[in-house]
Amino acid sequence: MRIGIPAETLAGEKRVATVPEVVEKLIKLGFTVALETGAGDAADFNDEAYRTAGAEIVTSAAQLWAESDIVFKVTVPTLAEVDLMRVGLTLIGFIWPAQNPELMQQLAAKKATVLAIDALPRQLSRAQKMDALTSQAGVAGYRAVIEAANVFGRFFNGQITAAGKVPPAKVFIAGAGVAGLAAIGTAAGLGAIVRANDTRAEVADQVKSLGGEFVKVEYEEEGGGGGGYAKVMSEGFLQAQREMYAKQAREVDIIITTALIPGRPAPMLITAEMVKSMRPGSVIVDMAGERGGNCELTEAGRAVVKHGVTIVGYTDLNSRLARQSSTLYATNLFRLTEELCKTKDGVINVNMEDDAIRGLTVIKEGEVTWPAPPLKMPAAKPAAVAKPAPAAHGASGQPASAGKTAALFAACALLFLLIGAFAPAAFLGHFTVFVLACFVGYMVVWNVTPALHTPLMSVTNAISSIIAIGALVQIAPPMDIGLDRPDGWIRALAVAGIALTAVNMFGGFAVTRRMLAMFRK
Amino acid sequence: MMSASLATVSYIGAIILFILSLGGLSNPESSRRGNLYGMIGMAIAVLATVFGPRVTAAGLPWILAAMVAGGSIGLYAARKVQMTQMPELVALMHSMVGLAAMLVGFANYIDPMAALNLSGAEKAIHEVEVYLGVLIGAVTLAGSLIAFGKLSGKIGGKPLLLPGRHYLNLAGLLVVIAFGWQFMHAETVNSGMTALTVMTVISLLFGIHMVMAIGGADMPVVVSMLNSYSGWAAAATGFMLNNDLLIVVGALVGSSGAILSYIMCRAMNRNFISVIAGGFGGGKPAKKAEGEAQPAGEVVSISALETAELLKDAKSVIIVPGYGMAVAQAQHTVNEISNLLREKGVNVRFGIHPVAGRMPGHMNVLLAEARVPYDIVMEMDELNGDFPDTDVAIVIGANDIVNPAAQDDPTCPIAGMPVLEVWKARTSIVMKRSMASGYAGVDNPLFYKENNRMLFGDAKKMLEEVLSALKA
Repeated sequence: MRIGIPAETLAGEKRVATVPEVVEKLIKLGFTVALETGAGDAADFNDEAYRTAGAEIVTSAAQLWAESDIVFKVTVPTLAEVDLMRVGLTLIGFIWPAQNPELMQQLAAKKATVLAIDALPRQLSRAQKMDALTSQAGVAGYRAVIEAANVFGRFFNGQITAAGKVPPAKVFIAGAGVAGLAAIGTAAGLGAIVRANDTRAEVADQVKSLGGEFVKVEYEEEGGGGGGYAKVMSEGFLQAQREMYAKQAREVDIIITTALIPGRPAPMLITAEMVKSMRPGSVIVDMAGERGGNCELTEAGRAVVKHGVTIVGYTDLNSRLARQSSTLYATNLFRLTEELCKTKDGVINVNMEDDAIRGLTVIKEGEVTWPAPPLKMPAAKPAAVAKPAPAAHGASGQPASAGKTAALFAACALLFLLIGAFAPAAFLGHFTVFVLACFVGYMVVWNVTPALHTPLMSVTNAISSIIAIGALVQIAPPMDIGLDRPDGWIRALAVAGIALTAVNMFGGFAVTRRMLAMFRK
Repeated sequence: MMSASLATVSYIGAIILFILSLGGLSNPESSRRGNLYGMIGMAIAVLATVFGPRVTAAGLPWILAAMVAGGSIGLYAARKVQMTQMPELVALMHSMVGLAAMLVGFANYIDPMAALNLSGAEKAIHEVEVYLGVLIGAVTLAGSLIAFGKLSGKIGGKPLLLPGRHYLNLAGLLVVIAFGWQFMHAETVNSGMTALTVMTVISLLFGIHMVMAIGGADMPVVVSMLNSYSGWAAAATGFMLNNDLLIVVGALVGSSGAILSYIMCRAMNRNFISVIAGGFGGGKPAKKAEGEAQPAGEVVSISALETAELLKDAKSVIIVPGYGMAVAQAQHTVNEISNLLREKGVNVRFGIHPVAGRMPGHMNVLLAEARVPYDIVMEMDELNGDFPDTDVAIVIGANDIVNPAAQDDPTCPIAGMPVLEVWKARTSIVMKRSMASGYAGVDNPLFYKENNRMLFGDAKKMLEEVLSALKA
């Protein structure tokens, strides 16, 4: 089948949906690739490079749309482009079906099959290689820091020079999604002190791993909205969050905001008041400019200076790093193509049984299939990987259901009741020791590192030769006179018992010692 | 001669040392001291007993002779055993604990002094303790011997499945309970002896039957389960003899083994309860069902030379060893390869699946023996996230623990078992003797993955070729 790559028509868009390197791979999968002339120019890939990679260069968009079976695009197609489209074509690119109902109808009318890369079920680990939202957000996050550095009047890293001491820049990043994390990594790499906040508390570790400091909002609420996105938070939380932002605004030099909630205007995080409180020369980069901005004073697409603070509201951060963005996007689409064409014969198969592809497909042969049904995969995957909570002895690692726990407790209570009712006092003393020892053993053994499980077994083996004591006390106890005791038999049994356990006692400790001596750094 | 109180205090000291000994195993640094604590604890316990009030001087020669005989055998075995044979040795040692528990139980029963001043409920409890102690000891003995036979290859690894075996076990249990009743109501020692002997025979058969029904790769669970049983046997003996030291140590060992088997079960996504009861049942025959659908794609093989080339260009390498490495005795060659690569600045790490090998921690011991530093030997959870950033993942003689079907295919028998995600590495190389499927009888889609290469042949021979190619 023939894959067509049109030039992007949106004003200011510099990306291209595939790059020469990927063209070669697509051809290896059995496809032919056609490119509208000049499609890659803005991303520094010229026609010649594509031609060398094996692509055919087509002179007009109309011809390309008419002749291609599959079209790769970056931005949402315009209605003019849909008009050029051949009936029954497969389109792959950003669609945003929720925001573009009219476009969806037009595409359906063209009997097209449409795979919206933005509709990818991102929670599937298999889907990560195709996740263009992630790859593009990562590039944008990087670029946001570069834009900030560009207009910021100082070094990012602290320096002590002959001309005096320079303090490091303080950067606050609002929202630790993919873009936010990329920004944290970039800013920390440049030497700045980086702080970050997110409504999802679980990202704190990721922030730290990239060299940032996680700033908590002092309010209890969980902000995960499923699928790795954030959700809208309550009023009490927002109040606490505003206070935290106001405090950060007074302290830091640069704020980069990345907060977006799917299908809604961007949340307002930085008020005009906070901007006024910032030091002159400070910088705000608002990555949510396109959706209204996280800062009250953002002007989408422009950098403006207000109250002495430069507020960058560029909406084309990806186009400002077009070559990198295009390369990553092209790879994402290539991975998707691989999934579609497992037979490697240049024919795609939109397999609706496949969770990832089902999620992506918003229109199948003219029929709207969006939104996809929720995934049936086990949602609690992280829980399964999590460390086992030391629950009741021998019970499963996940917290047991209330009913099960109650039943377990009831059974234990009944057992204890029976023992308490019938057992004599002497037995109870030993029983107490036994139960407590089980718990001590339980606590101690969970701390044993898995690497030492074999030595653990051999040392417990050696220790269990303590049973020798049972034999020792039988061999020649102080006798009550006049008791008919089969001494010979007992002694034979006891001696055999001692010999057996001695094998264990000496052998077990010796072999453990030998093993442990081998463990070295 | 020590007074009774002094002996008791010594026992408390020994208990504390044993707990410290287990606690010391939390990391390799402190583990050597932990082992020392164990030895001191054992010495104190034995000496306090021998010189305590319950042993008279007449017993000393016997004790000394038995100790010297057993101890020298133990020391000899400990020196001679190869690290690949550790599972066998451990299983054999479990059987000795089991046998000793049995002997002590019998001796205690025929000793009229043991139940001299007991009557009513106390006597009944004592008899239950004797009965249970002998029962657990016998099951441990027979089970461990069979496990030893299977691990050392003297008995075939295939599970033996008798028809209606669950009913056989159930019938055995009922008979044991019935004789238990008779045992408790026996007038004389002789009449009780019959019941005790019959029960012992049934327990031995049960132990044999239980472990015979279990296949080779489930051995980590079995070995740790028998470890647990040997602890419970010691605890039961402690109850029988009214000895708190035995009870505590038995409980420590018992819970340690139980936790290990639980960890092993979780690593195979099996049910803990059914295993600890020895009920390796239902799932097993289903496991043998061959996967109907052959995974798509084709198997690409690779030569040792090409493997070396790949390793030379790699920046980060993860090695996943399995039982095959132990069988081929390839751990030393693996270490040399990893040293060579590390000298070249390659980030080499080892990924250990909890059930790799035939006993918990088996692979760690083998690698330690080959002098692989333990700080590059990682647990599955520690490095599973790192595979996407890994250039080459080498799987040596492992199959089910790297099977992606466990994650992708909910119908496959090992579905849900956590696995090492080697297929996420840029290239994975599987070293295997042939295309035969693993223990679980499941075809491995990993072999058919596009970024996977197969290096067929004996692991040791192949690795030596890789090593010489790397040196060249």
